[in-house]
Amino acid sequence: MDGSNLYAGGFRDAPVDAAHAFRAAMTAMARPGDIRRIAGAAPPAPLSVAAGTLLLTLCDPETRVHLGGAADNDAVRQWLSFHTGAPLCDAGEADFALGSWADLMPLSRYRIGTPEYPDRSATLIVECETLENVGAELSGPGIRDTARLSLPDAGALQGNAMLYPLGCDFFFTCGDRVAALPRSTTIRAEG
Amino acid sequence: MSDYNFAYLDEQTKRMIRRAILKGLAVPGYQVPFASREMPMPYGWGTGGVQVSAATLTPEDRLKVIDQGADDTTNAVSIRKFFERTAGVATTEMTQDATVIQTRHRIPEAELTEDQILVYQVPIPEPLRFLEPRETETRKMHSLQEYGLMHVKLYEDISQHGAISTAYAYPVRVAERYVMDPSPIPKFDNPKMEMAAIQLFGAGREQRIYAVPPYTRVVSLDFEDYPFEATKADHACDLCGAEDSYLDEVIMDDAGTRMFVCSDTDYCRSRREAAA
Repeated sequence: MDGSNLYAGGFRDAPVDAAHAFRAAMTAMARPGDIRRIAGAAPPAPLSVAAGTLLLTLCDPETRVHLGGAADNDAVRQWLSFHTGAPLCDAGEADFALGSWADLMPLSRYRIGTPEYPDRSATLIVECETLENVGAELSGPGIRDTARLSLPDAGALQGNAMLYPLGCDFFFTCGDRVAALPRSTTIRAEG
Repeated sequence: MSDYNFAYLDEQTKRMIRRAILKGLAVPGYQVPFASREMPMPYGWGTGGVQVSAATLTPEDRLKVIDQGADDTTNAVSIRKFFERTAGVATTEMTQDATVIQTRHRIPEAELTEDQILVYQVPIPEPLRFLEPRETETRKMHSLQEYGLMHVKLYEDISQHGAISTAYAYPVRVAERYVMDPSPIPKFDNPKMEMAAIQLFGAGREQRIYAVPPYTRVVSLDFEDYPFEATKADHACDLCGAEDSYLDEVIMDDAGTRMFVCSDTDYCRSRREAAA
């Protein structure tokens, strides 16, 4: 990426694009396992459209962002700073963390909230190679009976759910698609 | 329209509210603090609901606003006009046509669908507030699931009145964890809260947002020997004849003549139109 398009790739019509993106993100969080389309941003590599759009929709100078692994490059850092003003931080202080599952682990690094304020926890935006309604069986709030979602590591996520009402919340992104997994979801590994 | 940002609030405020909504959905029934803004209407007129709606609306939405079930009361009319002007969204009075419904003190009679969002205006979000005025204490009580006091309150109802006399804002337990104030809806509406739509709650003056995702277990607190009852006036609607809807009692004259009518004006009208 050259210096000239650090300023590009933002929302074309910020209020409307953000409203559409938030509706997709909210619906995904309210219905764990549902895969929605989310678009509007054109972030630098290796960020997916979905991950870039989530950042523009949710991050600003009030949120600390942790970039993991390949996502932590100059182009992404500059793009994020220009478009959101979000300060970068270590995993332990992050409100939002972005990267592949392997780059973001271990989960124990992130804030899980406090018993009085369980909302003060990190939201992880996990870039995935695939995002399908197969694999681990999900149940709980937002799910009528059961749902299925290709999770990167069902075991670690079960551990996160055990912390309820504490714990992290997750967005899984792939291309222009997003799904979510709040800490309230019960996960049964495949098989 | 061009004089305002889309849906009135500035983008940074909307992001703050949106983050609170997401955490609220992730921890159903837990009250997320948020930096409530001053709105061009007084506290108590739905500033919390309006801010949640503003952060949720998209230009394609069709908004319905009800106050005690009615589309034509002052509060409902002015909020509907507010979003017509500041968001340019379409509005409707028909429950099934709406994608976002902002409500004060009722859940519509018609069953809501997966494509709908119900936004409640909440005056006092803390169900334990009248039992324990200190926020530091109620936070601790929620964190320890120390809800005995609430059962004592319901028990005192029974010992004084022979039944649980709490008729509105009847406390519920959400997803087997948090006790939540369902806002001052009549307890008749409590069973409807296990619904297909997303439910969002906004308390502007108290600066709290909370949420109930679709198909979440919502249980009204009760006792084995005094089970929860969704009560309503023992009458049929005098206009449409409905026996299954929540009724308002209206005094008609100085002699005390009274009339019972559906509180949900859209439900009543559509039933009368279907019968005509």
